[in-house]
Amino acid sequence: MATPPADRVYSQSHEWHKIEDDMVTLGLTQFAVDQLTDVTYAEMKKPGFAFKAGDIVGEVESVKTTSDIYCFVDGAIVETNKAVADDPSLLNSDPYGKGWLIKVKMSGKGKLGECVDAATYAKQHG
Amino acid sequence: MSTTTSRPGSLDAVNGSTRTHTSVLDASDTFHHRHLGPSEAEVAEMLEFVGCSSLEDLTAKTVPANIRNHRTLKLEGVPEQGLGESATLAKLAGYAAQNKVFKSYIGCGYYDTITPPVILRNIMENPGWYTQYTPYQAEIAQGRLEALLNFQTMVSDLVGLPLAGASLLDEGTAAAEAMSMCYALSDHARPEFFIANDCHPQTIAVVKTRADGLSIKLIIDDPAKFAPTDRMCGALVQYPTTDGRVECYEAFAAKAHAAGALVVAATDLLAMTLLKPPGEWGADVAVGCAQRFGVPMGFGGPHAAFIATKAEFVRKMPGRIIGVSRDMQGNPALRMAIQTREQHIRRDKATSNICTAQALLAIMAGMYACYHGPEGLRRIALRVHTYAQSLRAGLLKLTQGVSDSDFVFDTITVTPKGKTQAQVLDASRAKSMNLRAHADGKISISVDETTTREDIQHILACFGGTANEDIDGLAKASQRDLPAKFARQSGYLTHPVFNSYHSEHEMLRYIFKLMGRDLSLAHSMIPLGSCTMKLNATSEMIPVTWKSFGGLHPFAPREQTKGYELMFRDLEKWLCDVTGFAAMSLQPNAGAQGEYTGLMVIRAYHHARGDTKRTVCLIPESAHGTNPASAVVAGMEVVPVNNTPTGDVDIADLAAKAEQYKDTLAACMVTYPSTYGVFEEGVKQICEIIHANGGLVYMDGANMNAQVGLCSPGEIGADVCHLNLHKTFCIPHGGGGPGMGPIGVTKALAPFLPGHPVSFPETLKAQGAGEHAIGPVSAAPYGSPSILVISWMYIHMMGAAGLKKATQVAILNANYMAARMKGHYEVLFKGKQGMCAHEYIIDVRPFDKSAGIKTDDIAKRLMDYGYHAPTMSWPVPGTLMIEPTESESKAELDRFSDAMIAIREEIRAIETGTISKTDNPLKNAPHTVHVVTSNDWKHPYTREQAAFPLAYTKGHKFWPSVGRVDNPFGDRNLVCTCPPMSAYA
Repeated sequence: MATPPADRVYSQSHEWHKIEDDMVTLGLTQFAVDQLTDVTYAEMKKPGFAFKAGDIVGEVESVKTTSDIYCFVDGAIVETNKAVADDPSLLNSDPYGKGWLIKVKMSGKGKLGECVDAATYAKQHG
Repeated sequence: MSTTTSRPGSLDAVNGSTRTHTSVLDASDTFHHRHLGPSEAEVAEMLEFVGCSSLEDLTAKTVPANIRNHRTLKLEGVPEQGLGESATLAKLAGYAAQNKVFKSYIGCGYYDTITPPVILRNIMENPGWYTQYTPYQAEIAQGRLEALLNFQTMVSDLVGLPLAGASLLDEGTAAAEAMSMCYALSDHARPEFFIANDCHPQTIAVVKTRADGLSIKLIIDDPAKFAPTDRMCGALVQYPTTDGRVECYEAFAAKAHAAGALVVAATDLLAMTLLKPPGEWGADVAVGCAQRFGVPMGFGGPHAAFIATKAEFVRKMPGRIIGVSRDMQGNPALRMAIQTREQHIRRDKATSNICTAQALLAIMAGMYACYHGPEGLRRIALRVHTYAQSLRAGLLKLTQGVSDSDFVFDTITVTPKGKTQAQVLDASRAKSMNLRAHADGKISISVDETTTREDIQHILACFGGTANEDIDGLAKASQRDLPAKFARQSGYLTHPVFNSYHSEHEMLRYIFKLMGRDLSLAHSMIPLGSCTMKLNATSEMIPVTWKSFGGLHPFAPREQTKGYELMFRDLEKWLCDVTGFAAMSLQPNAGAQGEYTGLMVIRAYHHARGDTKRTVCLIPESAHGTNPASAVVAGMEVVPVNNTPTGDVDIADLAAKAEQYKDTLAACMVTYPSTYGVFEEGVKQICEIIHANGGLVYMDGANMNAQVGLCSPGEIGADVCHLNLHKTFCIPHGGGGPGMGPIGVTKALAPFLPGHPVSFPETLKAQGAGEHAIGPVSAAPYGSPSILVISWMYIHMMGAAGLKKATQVAILNANYMAARMKGHYEVLFKGKQGMCAHEYIIDVRPFDKSAGIKTDDIAKRLMDYGYHAPTMSWPVPGTLMIEPTESESKAELDRFSDAMIAIREEIRAIETGTISKTDNPLKNAPHTVHVVTSNDWKHPYTREQAAFPLAYTKGHKFWPSVGRVDNPFGDRNLVCTCPPMSAYA
């Protein structure tokens, strides 16, 4: 498997977190979307939703399964990706780019320590 | 006859049990050898092939010794060898003759109807429609998928809400599901639900039972006193009300919405042809029952209930949904949509615990609408309404206590004047009529499609009228326009499918056109693991449509239902005998409903002992997804238990968790034989551990077909078990329902079996049961009684010896096929002595790596060989689970095995590089006749290999009607009503 982007950290539940100051962009890894197969639906909590690290922030669905999405920082959602809601296949075609799910204003690092870097994640899920 | 030669089909030929003397004068239409696929000689041959000396030897090698029982089933009243087909039918006809079919004016959600004969004979009585499985394999199920889409479109149009499901079990459970849905849509933040007190009493009761499990507080009151708060998730009203009034709920709905609550309308499809539909006055959800669209009352069922809602609630709507998608070639194709809401995926987070629908009955109701069309339905509704108006005018003329101002559809409620309620009822019964008696002395009369002028005269005569009232005169005098606030303005059923098949020839051909797209047991074996697609014998089916079973209202007085009672008593006794239990409730309408009922009974038992803290339910990871879903509905907390790699329950983990939760342990759910198709050795130990920690054992009876006559849940140590009568006891799957899921219980649990507020299930008392009955789980006291005759016939025709042998042959057939596939596919799990139970799992995961072939590819390729796929990727992803049942002959087992082996060869060709990884017969499967005959054939294999891969397919070819269905496309572009005809152009 190609190495995932190095500019972010990865959770064991296959979310990537890209941290820019107190803003976090969150999405699913290539490995996760490959497991899900064709994503048919994505529903994230609404902007304004405040949460603690490890809480469910949304849900994606494929023909075969549904999967809860977790975020590993504390914070509140500031934006959800409308393009993904309209066309969930973006998750399959560009999980690290156009397929991002939410942007979060971080209020605490929460469980970020449990996440790993790209190289480690690639090794674990190669 | 000599003692060493066997009469053909004799039950003792191989297993060596005690011989019964047979005479040439005995009946020649014995049944068991018709039910069993292999002949005696074939049984012997197959036994040798699997390395067993006899069926007894096979049994000893398969079933652990510590659970084997060696008793012969008693089956009171049934000869050990069973009774011949005609004699059994004659005996049941004797029972049926004790049912009295009165004209029913009871109403309350059940109405007499005229099943169009073209639908009766060609759908309800036609194995091409009733023997299919649930349409998971969409390419060979386009016929019933279209018929179900018609049903959805019909419901959606009539109730005025855009999204309708493919049917639910009955109106009561549909209302309960709607309540759960409202609760879920409030994110479980609003734990109260309002029910108008003029809903049908059985609906209120079923919702109450469900609310109890989910800890929802019910407020049951006059809708005029409706005062929603922010704790209320929804409110249910009946439209029209149970006593017949049509009320305007626009203000009610506005009030609910202002408080953030949703509105559920329980409604009547026939009335909706005249009345403003719920979707147009603000209801968010509509539920009800489509029974009066041509489905016999059947003493309570089976019928198709419906649910419809707004598009945005789709992911919280329970039950199956048929949706439109496209196939590989881009043609429109139907399939089940958003299956991720279902239990096999979501487990304890599923929208509901109910898997099944009432497909056959929904199809009938949809066809009724196709046959009559919008104009025909409206004419029926107007006729019914006019009779109701005439009746009211007649009653007013007789100065009876009846409102002149209420607007009604089909039901008049009257306070008798000058006569007591009892006198009126006596007079009605003397004329073979049933009216509905209310506790407050009132009487309700619901007229229906079958009502005639003479009927109205007879009813009026009960109130002192003359026998020759001028009904036409009354009709004329009482005629008035519908008030604008009630009158339906919008169109409905405008789609061509409801406007094309009004002549019988057109209807007949439409029915057969759709049937031709469905693969059923009339074509070939459907080897679905865990589903037991055995023979649904014609003799078993015949009584279902006898008027003496079909024509009874579920609340008919007991003295008119003696025939049913005799049949229930037999069945309860026999099923207790088979399961080793003390009492049996025939009420649950599906396996998952049996689970829910059983857990509610366990809960009531703990509560009665003051053990209210017992809420934990241990469930192995390998359990079917309905188990955790049912536990949640019963208000229990699911704690998963690990499995060993071979699929057995990890007993150490189970013991640790039972100990950890010993103060809160309510139950453990276990499937036996395991979902991996193995008779686990440790099952008794599991029961002991649970009991030692204060819990009870719920056995999932899905695999009962491997137990009957050899061992039993009760003797193994379970406290409750449901039986899927549509698996083990021959009720057909109906293409996705009906089913039945009665539960057997121990003596300690018997007092808690479910009751019924309108008509208590009488036969519970004789079983020492029902004393502390929980509320009903089904709308009718006996669930779906008319199909119980199927299981009664089966048991009676098989006898104890036949049932036992059926189990043994089921195990033999599975082991034979597993042995035939040896060297081609790896069988994953086996018992201690190398045998599987009645089903087995083959591993196809290696082919993904070696050839890029997945379970789907094999499943779809099987269609080209004329077969329905085995169960896919359950309970283990990347595998196929095969269950042949005892009813398949050796020839059929061999054909299927040959097909699987041929497919293995096709995979090998990919592995060796002989054929492309991306363009091969598996990846392109299934091949439609259009693809194969196209002038444009560019594949690296022949058309003959595509469509006629083995010689037998040339003599008997089933053509899938569409190519492989694109599931993601359909889920991304959800359409759940009939698409415009242009889509098919």
